Amino acid sequence: MITGHLLSAADLTKEEALNLLSTAKELAAITDGPNKKLPTLRGKTVVNLFFEDSTRTRISFETAAKRLSADVINFSAKGSSVSKGESLKDTAQTLQAMGADAVVIRHGSSGAAKRLADTQWIQAAIINAGDGTHEHPTQALLDAFTIKQHLHSEQSDLTGLRVLIVGDILHSRVARSNVLLLTKLGAQVVLVAPPTLLPVGVSDWPVEISYDLDSQIEKCDVVMMLRIQLERMADSFFPTEREYSRRYGLNSARLAKLSKSAIVMHPGPMNRGLEISADSADDLKSVIIDQVKNGVAVRMAVLYELLGGAQIGESK
Amino acid sequence: MIKINNAKLADNSVVDLEIDNGVITKLSKAAGSKSVDGIDAAGKILLPGLVDLHTHLREPGQEDAETVLTGSQAAAAGGYTAISSMANSNPVADTAGVVEQIYRLGKSAGLCDVNPIGAVTMGLNGEQLAELGAMADSIAQVRVFSDDGKCVADPLIMRRALEYVKTFNGVIAQHAQEPRLTINAQMNEGSVSARIGLPGWPAIAEEAIIARDILLAEHVQSRLHICHVTTAGGVDLIRWAKQRGIQVTAEVTPHHLLLTDELVENYDPIYKVNPPLRREKDVMALREGLAEGVIDIVATDHAPHPAENKDCEWQAAAFGMVGLETALSVVIQTMIESKLMDWNQLVDRMSIKPAKIAGYKNQGQLIAVGSSANLLLVDPSKSWQVERSKLNSKSRNTPFHGMVLPGLISDVIYNGKQTVIAGKVVKVESTING
Repeated sequence: MITGHLLSAADLTKEEALNLLSTAKELAAITDGPNKKLPTLRGKTVVNLFFEDSTRTRISFETAAKRLSADVINFSAKGSSVSKGESLKDTAQTLQAMGADAVVIRHGSSGAAKRLADTQWIQAAIINAGDGTHEHPTQALLDAFTIKQHLHSEQSDLTGLRVLIVGDILHSRVARSNVLLLTKLGAQVVLVAPPTLLPVGVSDWPVEISYDLDSQIEKCDVVMMLRIQLERMADSFFPTEREYSRRYGLNSARLAKLSKSAIVMHPGPMNRGLEISADSADDLKSVIIDQVKNGVAVRMAVLYELLGGAQIGESK
Repeated sequence: MIKINNAKLADNSVVDLEIDNGVITKLSKAAGSKSVDGIDAAGKILLPGLVDLHTHLREPGQEDAETVLTGSQAAAAGGYTAISSMANSNPVADTAGVVEQIYRLGKSAGLCDVNPIGAVTMGLNGEQLAELGAMADSIAQVRVFSDDGKCVADPLIMRRALEYVKTFNGVIAQHAQEPRLTINAQMNEGSVSARIGLPGWPAIAEEAIIARDILLAEHVQSRLHICHVTTAGGVDLIRWAKQRGIQVTAEVTPHHLLLTDELVENYDPIYKVNPPLRREKDVMALREGLAEGVIDIVATDHAPHPAENKDCEWQAAAFGMVGLETALSVVIQTMIESKLMDWNQLVDRMSIKPAKIAGYKNQGQLIAVGSSANLLLVDPSKSWQVERSKLNSKSRNTPFHGMVLPGLISDVIYNGKQTVIAGKVVKVESTING
């Protein structure tokens, strides 16, 4: 059982992470039935506090909370008091006054979720749904869930699996959370990127580093493609889209080199034709739609544990 | 007249002295008698008043953060008898009018010399030189010029500024930060920034400008001062320049002598400062550089901010820390207690040398008959806990809150008058509003 907040994948012990994944598995089984809804969090209020646009993550959390019968408030910064200059502190205190039990926060500033948790602005459980270029722990949980589901459903953890994370590591909260979580679960993680898109200091991370996707593609179990943002080109992180795509994109030639059992992942939204070709995204190896589906189950598990719902067995 | 008895000097001698008309009139070996009509300084060390070359007083323009008066009170409490107001006020101190206004506000506060630093370029825009000559000729007699907060990044403007101030023996104090290498930079670039996902401020962005500017200073044979050096590489470059005979001086802040980037881990903006906190290795190199004299002086970079500018998420927060009231204690802890420096060296780095670099008369003088009576008494055996709500500064953004630091200042004498008595800053009757 996890308590308090979920701010970073580093907050979870291996045991806690595995428990969360098994809770998610049980919840997924229940919500696959005809009645998708559980009464567990009835009377609890979950606020989705989104300072950045992210329809996918927001509706995933919203669906998760609603399936657990929580009341959901969506607070989007655009068109709200925040766009009129209200500070994070004042927004948090407002939500506190309204009785939020959990706040799911997406914010452009690294550490924003941690600040909400550390200050006295609000007492609610804080769930980091992406903070700047720092972390996105529920994404890592759903990725771990998906990997385990497809490749290691019989094993206790991810030991022995080799996971490539390809693309803009420097700015990626998905990569940071996945490195922490997947290595904790025993996987071997290889970061593949041009040197411009790897942080200075990456050598301290418990990962392998490669600049060459072709040298890695044949010997991995998972290839996770990260979204590349086009504005990075203007900042000279790479010369052109075409060059990036040629060197670091997942195309049919590379897809064909993957081992038979390997899976293709992407946190979405995809730039089809840039970091991932359409045929790779739609290939049988692609588990991208499963990631979306599993996202709901994993977020249900996180909300369930943090808000201290009744035992799953009781709520059936 | 003020009498001080049984005061220990930096050279360990114990003396009695008398002050009259703003100067030390009598100095003799302590008779050992308990003082009846003066300050009994037994157990305390008497030092020349401290001189700060880098102070943000926020007036005019941001009086909610600090005023010349409250900044002067903080300075007095910290043992300073002279401070230097950085040019990034609003309006910018880029004309004779603004520097004279600040100078007058300082006189009115009357707690220490307030010497305005003039902007190098108009509005700190980095493009066109401000009227450096007019500021030099004003009653404020500006000799130090800086765009601090911003780097004079254009090498041609920097060259011209260095050349131009030779007319009146001025010095350009450079905030060394290559702007293109520090776009949106938030903290030292390294292991911690990689882990916590904040955009990095690489050491090279500081060192590249230091390297360029020492070569420019050599080429045009002028005086360069490097503000707040933070990196081991910067210390190496300045050492090299000094060996070559280039006229470069440099400062380090107390916070860079004590704190490291590991503190940023929790995203508390109290540790957000520019240039950023660096690695342990840099801290050690800075201490060694200061002890060696490669780094000439300690300067506070006292940067007050109102509460709301720190009570927020990291990226929304302002850069800067207050430091006037803790500087001496931090230097005692990092440099004296570590035995890297003795008290004579501390006096050199915090009083004599800064006054010399800036050409401040009546400041930074050794304690002797005829010297100006700018003095402080500190008890090195007493420590104190920093409590932000008790600071004299109008702002509370100290990174040292809660820390127990050595060295308790009891008395400060500025220009022959006591500005601090028994640890309390005296009340001033301001003659000018503000």
